[in-house]
Amino acid sequence: MIVAEPKTLDEIKAMTDKFDRILMVGCGTCTTVSLTGGEREVNLMATALRLARKVEGKEIEIGEQTILRQCDFEYIDELKDADSYQAIVSFACGAGIQGLARKFVGKPVLPGVNTQFIGFNEEYGYFTEQCKACGDCILHLTGGICPVARCAKGLLNGPCGGTNNGKCEISKDKDCAWVLIYNQLERLGNLKQFKKIMAPKDFSKAGNIRTMDLRKAGD
Amino acid sequence: MGFKEALANGEFVVTAEVGPPKGTDISGMVHHVKMLKDKVHALNVTDNQSAVMRVSTIAITKVLLDLGVEPIFQMTCRDRNRLGLQSDLLGAAIFGVKNVLALTGDHTMLGDHKEAKPVFDLESVQLLQVINQLNEGYDMAGNELQGKTDFFAGAIITPEANPLEPQFAKFEKKVEAGAKFFQTQAVYDLKKFHSFMGRAGKYDVPILAGILLLKSAGMAKYLNKFVAGISVPDELIQELANTDKPLEKGIEIAGRQIRELRQVCAGVHVMAIGAEDKVPAILEAAGL
Repeated sequence: MIVAEPKTLDEIKAMTDKFDRILMVGCGTCTTVSLTGGEREVNLMATALRLARKVEGKEIEIGEQTILRQCDFEYIDELKDADSYQAIVSFACGAGIQGLARKFVGKPVLPGVNTQFIGFNEEYGYFTEQCKACGDCILHLTGGICPVARCAKGLLNGPCGGTNNGKCEISKDKDCAWVLIYNQLERLGNLKQFKKIMAPKDFSKAGNIRTMDLRKAGD
Repeated sequence: MGFKEALANGEFVVTAEVGPPKGTDISGMVHHVKMLKDKVHALNVTDNQSAVMRVSTIAITKVLLDLGVEPIFQMTCRDRNRLGLQSDLLGAAIFGVKNVLALTGDHTMLGDHKEAKPVFDLESVQLLQVINQLNEGYDMAGNELQGKTDFFAGAIITPEANPLEPQFAKFEKKVEAGAKFFQTQAVYDLKKFHSFMGRAGKYDVPILAGILLLKSAGMAKYLNKFVAGISVPDELIQELANTDKPLEKGIEIAGRQIRELRQVCAGVHVMAIGAEDKVPAILEAAGL
């Protein structure tokens, strides 16, 4: 799933300072699971913002709605009365926020979260990055452990000199992905794979403005 | 005699290093270079060492060449993509740089510009391949060069890495990718280094053992605690702790280790971060 972290109340308060009637929209898929942008989190942020504005003597009316997915126009159509608000705060990932922005042209659509990465929920409230969406998967060569996402330098040919007791140069709390890969390939009886030199990555596949077109000619 | 030729002739080769300064005043560095000039075969020029921004390596290699010192151009993959790496290599070749040490580079998070975007488009193994391709007269994309390079490419290895096996496999990849010499991370436990050489010595590549001057028992403990792949044995820490002149003791230890290493490997790479003026004393203590 896509993992996001909540923006602070101060940030959202600053973004919405000039409005007195806004809509907060939660997303029922990824950010609900990452505990940052579901119905519950939207309600908590809306309540906190209402209180903060009341204390300042600048009351704000906040509508709350959560739809199944904001990255899918079919679900965005389910939003009610969105046009009647001065601005919308989206609690979806960057794609979802832009989905609302595209749908409600002319209305400010503001981010309620910071989108972080594609990853796992390891335990309650703890998430780890697993995939960089690099467009050229090599997990069959690395024992199912991604060095592009999990090595701090995205190396392809083994650990750097900074690895220390199996931990990463940038943090002793983070595993060295290449030590994990080595151990896994050894378990798989495939250290031969480790010893093959991997060519430089084709970063044109990970560039900006990516599209994927499955439409067949003539369709 | 040049660095490459000295290795080929089986001389015991000595290299040291200079760190480009932060700023345009190179007088202190030039002073150290002149002091080391006739005592080493070549001087490594570090590349934004420890991810701390300094004068460009390529400019300092030119300064060394003008001073009549052979540089080893350290090139990391942290700050340049494949276009930048190749064009700097071609530029270095025009200046007359022969030796390149291919490194991945410390992460930007360890340095003084932590907010920087780290590049790592390539890494050490791939950079070695690129250097060899430039030597053949082609760039990475397969385009023919108008005038090729003639680099002598090397790499590094950490003999006391923990765990060693993945590092050793990477060492083998570096040999396969065209590394013609190695310089090591600092070694202190010579027994362990001996057994490392038992394995690494099977490859036909000269290895220069890293000698890092210990300035105090405190420094030794710091290295043990914080620096990857360095392990100073307790006996050495005791030696440093039991004297009121630890720097002199450190020089004596380094000299003694170099003497022992003469039987073990092709040469030494002497590092004296912040105490470059002590390198001549170390070499004297080593009988070199």
